[in-house]
Formats: sequence, structure tokens, C-alpha cells
Amino acid sequence: MERDNNMLKKRHFASPVHKYIALAAMIILVAITLYPVVMIALNAFKSPQDYASHGPMSFPTSFYTQGLIDFWNRVTFEKKLLNSALISSSVAIFGVILSLLNAFALGIGKIKGKAFLLVIFLLGNFLPQEALVYPLYYFAKALHLYDTKLVVIIVFTVIQSAFGTYLLTSVFSEFPKELIEAAIIDGASKSQILSRIVMPLSMPTLSVLFVFYFIWTWNEFFLPLILLISSSNQTVPIAIATLQGQFNMDVTTSAASALLGVLPCLIFFLLFQRTLTRGITAGSIK
Amino acid sequence: MAKNHFDRRKGYAVYLMPGLIGLIAVIILPFLVTVGASFTKWNGVNPPQWVGLANYQRALTDVKFWAAFRNNLLMIIAVTVVPTILGLILSVFLFDYFSKKFGPVLTNFFKAILYIPQILPVAIAGVVWKWILNPNWGSLNTTLKALGLESLVHNWLGDPDTALGVVMVIMVWFQIGYPLVIFMAALQRVDPELLEAAEIDGANWFQKFFYITIHQIRPEIYVVILTTTIYALKLFGQIYVLTRGGPGTSTIVPSYYTYQAFFEQANIGYGSTIATVMTLIIVVLTFAFIRLQVKQEANGEG
Repeated sequence: MERDNNMLKKRHFASPVHKYIALAAMIILVAITLYPVVMIALNAFKSPQDYASHGPMSFPTSFYTQGLIDFWNRVTFEKKLLNSALISSSVAIFGVILSLLNAFALGIGKIKGKAFLLVIFLLGNFLPQEALVYPLYYFAKALHLYDTKLVVIIVFTVIQSAFGTYLLTSVFSEFPKELIEAAIIDGASKSQILSRIVMPLSMPTLSVLFVFYFIWTWNEFFLPLILLISSSNQTVPIAIATLQGQFNMDVTTSAASALLGVLPCLIFFLLFQRTLTRGITAGSIK
Repeated sequence: MAKNHFDRRKGYAVYLMPGLIGLIAVIILPFLVTVGASFTKWNGVNPPQWVGLANYQRALTDVKFWAAFRNNLLMIIAVTVVPTILGLILSVFLFDYFSKKFGPVLTNFFKAILYIPQILPVAIAGVVWKWILNPNWGSLNTTLKALGLESLVHNWLGDPDTALGVVMVIMVWFQIGYPLVIFMAALQRVDPELLEAAEIDGANWFQKFFYITIHQIRPEIYVVILTTTIYALKLFGQIYVLTRGGPGTSTIVPSYYTYQAFFEQANIGYGSTIATVMTLIIVVLTFAFIRLQVKQEANGEG
């Protein structure tokens, strides 16, 4: 009887009506998620007149790019892209190197006080930036580093590398000991062990870290807002967020400005989607 | 070069030096200065004056301070509670039902789309929503008008009664992809034999969900709860772009309040006090979480 009941339920659950209700629900959810981005994309290519007469939901009557071009030129957007790319890739490279060095000492070297040091490094990830911002701003001014890309690169290299130090140290704690032992017997120095054995074997994790550091740094807002004050040093998110309302932007130029902020991230997402989901999962479990 | 048992660990410490120096310069020293400054009156120009606990006493009776932390609790609902629950339901639905009916390709495609808001810089997400919610020409109000729902047209972010609620809805939109992706990955660990055994024993879907699935992916649920709760406390970019904490103090959050104290009011001492309180809360939460996790592992859970 019980069995029969289950069978019945299963057949009922598997009926095509349920299937299409489920599909419809997912499509609605996806539509809600995409609604803001689609609105921006749709209206960035309309003239203000087109928007005024046909509203936000219609397709553009003509492919209007003046808003996009106007905003691009007014903020010299290529400069902001370059700033963001320079800061993010520097942080990604230096952050990966720093994480590797830290984890080499902690995970492979298992130096004294490893657990304590690891907690200290984790601080970098857990302390709110609000508790660092004023002294960083003050020191940067005192050292004449305020409003330079260099100070942002240094600060984020340290902050981001905390995560990698933690992740790589736990990866290295399972590193095959025999490989290291054999290298030592062959007379390899520490730097050779690092560059010829540990680094090549951890390349997959290092590339995940690189992508993460790049995107995290690209998306950072709070500290760059405070440390980069001049327009020539600002990153994409800072420029777009602080310029809202500064110019007398019309409705479609405003949409174009938001689209310019969204596009680079969508491109990263398409390029690195696999790496990203792999990395998020890795970071959450251990 | 003699290599023996005793110096095998030697020579590694030097690799830690750059990281340690960076950590001291960028994290530890600034943090200690902030904690120190919280006991002073300092405008950033004149030398700081020691005032003891005066800033903390002021915080106790500061209406705006309490408003900021009250709003922060509401943000935890929008960033942690709702997305975690929705993420759980949605991930089980996608994993258990949807992917079996429609295959992994469509499932992964939908999952990826739901994750898109997470890849946007918070400030850009704010700019996008601000455009939609603009009271005069935003697409939401324009659409409502076009549909003849004139009575629903509203200055969503400009009205103190609706501003916080709207920001919360935006945060749910922004956050939902994070627990979803993590839980979907975690569900792959759940042993299907366990579920089959439960089914044979007559467990229904809800029983399987609560007693097996949730139980098995508990480590990921804890991680999501901890990281998003901390994240809720650090919300800044969205508030900066959407409301600047207003109207009045209706959307003020601790992070934005420290920013105002530091850079608008030049009240470094008080700003440091709020930042120190934020840190304390995060440290307490983290330790509570680690203890919980250790207890779990002691009970034989992974």
C-alpha cells in the first residue's frame, strides 16, 4: 500500500503540468533578476525624445549612441578603464605572489606559531575597512602617497592576499611530503623548492586566486573612493558612482553611464564563469 | 649544505617577511590607531586629545548611532535571512527537480543568470537601480503610469517610509546568487543512498529536506550565514549611491555613519568609535561561528 502510494505521488509529481509550472516560475525569476540590467541596456541606446514618447519598455526606434559617446568623452572613460585595469591586474599579480610566499612559509614550512600567524592573516579578511580607512588616509597623506594608484595597489595587495594565504595554506597542508623530501636530498634550496615544485603544482589554485583578486579589486568601492580623489586616478565604479548627478545628464545618457559600469563585469563573468564558480565553492568549504 | 632533521623547518620564515610587513603596515597598525583614536577627540588636524570613554558614552545616547545599528539588523534580514532561505529552497528545487526534468545545461544557465547581480560592483548595482527608481523619469514609475496604476507612482527612495524597504529589496536581488551557487555545489555532496533509504522508510519530501539535506550541507549554511552577516555590517557602496543614508536617518548604516564622521564632520574620534564597535561585533560573530563549527566537528560532522 505504502509503495503504491509513493508510486502514485511520483507519477503525479512528474506530470507535464507541474513541469511547465516549474519552468514558468524559473523564467519569471530570471526575468526579475535581469530586469534592471535589461532596462539599462535597452534605454542606453535611445534618444531622450524616443524615451519620452515611447517609455522604457519599448525597443529603441533607432540605434542612438550619442548618450554613450557623450558620457564616455565627458569622463574620459578609456582613462578610467585603464586605471581600473592597471590597479586590478597589479593587485592580482602581487596578491598571488604574496599569498604564495605566505602559504609557502606556513603550509609547506609549517613554521613555529603557524596557527597564530594564520589567524593574524585572516584579520586582513575580517576587519572592516572602516576600522582602517582613516589611518590609511592619514598615513598616505603623510607619505605623499595620497591620491596615487600605488597606495591603492599596496593596500589591496595586502587585504586580498589574506584570503589566498588561508586557502593556499590549507591546500599546501596536503602537499605530497615525498616531493619536498626528495628535492631536499637532491640539494635543492628553498627558493628552488618554491619555484620548481610548489608553484607549478599549485598553478590551478593560483589562477583561481588571480581571477578573484582581479574582479574583487575591480569592484572595490569604499577605500578607492577615499584614497583616489582626482578624476585622473579614479577607477570605473568610483567615476560612475560619483558622477551621477554631477552633470546634468538626460535620462538615456544616465542609462548609458550605468551600462558602461555593468559591461566590463559582464565580460569578466562570461570569460571566467567556470573559474568563478569553482573558486566560490572552494573558498566556502575550507 | 648539511640538511638534517633540525634545520628542516629553518629558512622558511624569511618568506613570511613581505606578507608580515604588509600586514603590519596596512592592517594592524591602522587598526590600532583607530582603536586608540576612539578614546580621543580629534579633527585630523590638531593633535588628538584624550577623552577616555566619552565617545562611547555619546554613542549610547546617540539616536543616529542606534538608528544605524537598527537598520543594520534589518539589512541582515535582507542580506542573510531571506537570501539564505530562498537560496536553500531554490537550490534544492533546481538540483532535485528542475535539473532532472530539464537537464543540467538549462539549470546551470539559470543558476548563472541568478548569479549575475553578484558580479557587479555594489556601487554600479546602485546606479542601475537608482536609474530605475528615479521619481521623475525612472522606468518603474513610467511603467506604472503607462499601466494606468498612477496611484502606485511613488518617490521610492525619497520617502523615509519606503526608502529602507526598497534598499532591502534591492539587497535581496543582489545577494540571492551567492547562497544559491554555494548550496548547489554542496548538494552534490549529499549521499543519494541516504535519501533513497529515507524514501523507502516512508519519509516525505519535507522530512528528507529537513532531516537529511539541511543536515548534510550545514557547514555551507554556516559559512553563508557568517559571511553575509559580516557583509551586512559593511554595506556602504549601495547606501552611498542610493540614499546617502537619508532621507533623514532612515537608511543610515554603521559604515556610512563612520564615513560621515570621518570625512564630512571631521570627527575622527567618534568615527573611530563606531568603527571599533563594528569590529567588536564582527570579532564576536566570528568566534561564535568558529566555536559552533568546532563543536560540529567534534560531534562527527564535516
